[in-house]
Amino acid sequence: MFVTPAFAQGAPANGDPNAATGTAPAAEVHTETGVAHDAHATGVFPPFDHTTYSSQLLWLVITFGFFYWIMQKVVVPRVGGILEHRHDRIAQDLDEASRLKAEADAAVETYEKELASARAKAGTIAETAREAARAKAAADRAAIETELSEKIAAAEASIATIKAQAFAEVGAIAEEAAGAIVEQLIGPKASAEDVRAAVASAKVEA
Amino acid sequence: MANDPTHQFQVFKIVPIEIGGIDFSFTNASLFMVATVAAASGFLYFSTANRGLIPTRMQSVAEMSYEFIASMLREGAGSQGMKFFPMVFSLFMFVLTANLLGMFPYFFTVTSQIIVTFALALFVILTVLIYGFYKHGLHFLSVFAPAGVPKVLLPLVSSIEIISFLSRPISLSVRLFANMLAGHITLKVFAGFVASMSAMGALGVGGAILPLLMTVAMTGLEFLVAFLQAYVFAVLTCMYLNDAVHGGH
Repeated sequence: MFVTPAFAQGAPANGDPNAATGTAPAAEVHTETGVAHDAHATGVFPPFDHTTYSSQLLWLVITFGFFYWIMQKVVVPRVGGILEHRHDRIAQDLDEASRLKAEADAAVETYEKELASARAKAGTIAETAREAARAKAAADRAAIETELSEKIAAAEASIATIKAQAFAEVGAIAEEAAGAIVEQLIGPKASAEDVRAAVASAKVEA
Repeated sequence: MANDPTHQFQVFKIVPIEIGGIDFSFTNASLFMVATVAAASGFLYFSTANRGLIPTRMQSVAEMSYEFIASMLREGAGSQGMKFFPMVFSLFMFVLTANLLGMFPYFFTVTSQIIVTFALALFVILTVLIYGFYKHGLHFLSVFAPAGVPKVLLPLVSSIEIISFLSRPISLSVRLFANMLAGHITLKVFAGFVASMSAMGALGVGGAILPLLMTVAMTGLEFLVAFLQAYVFAVLTCMYLNDAVHGGH
């Protein structure tokens, strides 16, 4: 029993914790605790110091378990919800945008349809106006032509009258001139009936 | 002691608790687990509190991480795997936050403890096993017998598949653990060079520039590693969950 402390001090120095094995049960126990104590202070590489394992495992289970619980109950549903909400919102906005686009397309289509119909209407109106103008022009021309031909006819009639009158007056003048000539040449005044008859016969010969 | 690069991984008790002879003390590791959970859940909770249709900067970071993991899981395990989303998301955020918190000087890195990463990896593998057998029954074992393998080769291929399946929790946990551990030790060693060299007079101060630049560069690299390891952990989790969801097809 007196050897035990010496053994206990010697064993760690040897670096062989099993050195004491088999000597005496009391010595063994003492040595083991001595080694364990020493190892905790300097000896064993800390990550391989199994005396800390039980406490590390327990606290890992507690902390990681709590972390897992928080993640599963709070964080994952929340972040998932945020992402889903955003995804839905984007999809909704896209739907809204496509709906508005369809509306705009429809409006453009109506506009174009109306534009086309207005253009067609304008064409008809222009055509009618052109037709009307053409008809009016034709009517005007016809009216003017008739008026002109009437005037021409009237003028021709008056010319004919004047011509006839002139021809009639030519006889009288010729009679007067012939009477005067006869008077100058012969002396006595020729009777009006003779002159008229002579002129008439000359007119017929001419 | 201050220059011991493994000192930063030392776990010490803050509030000693013992239940049934087993040590359940509140240690600095526990403190940083609590800090990790508080930081991660606090950030996710408060940044999304407004439920903004147009996200704020913080909210879009939270949404980005959500969508990042969601697309990763959908690609890895299909839409049926989405029921594991809270699990993968929690694992990713926990590991990422723990890694990033560990980048603060004097902070404890939760993920630099093999027991922590191993527990997380075991959680993943047990989920795969339990859900796989629950969903497919014994057909889940067809995971170990890939289709189209000749019968002669089947024992060999199956034993390789089983070994690879069994090594998954080990590789998953050791990858994360070793990356964090090695990075922090390297940082500490280079930073230690700066301190010890600059203590050696003018020449030492001049020479200390090199490890100082190295420390700065390493810090940047470690931030990358912190994210990358969380990403790798999540991606592998998705791939393993794919086995559970779709069986051996």
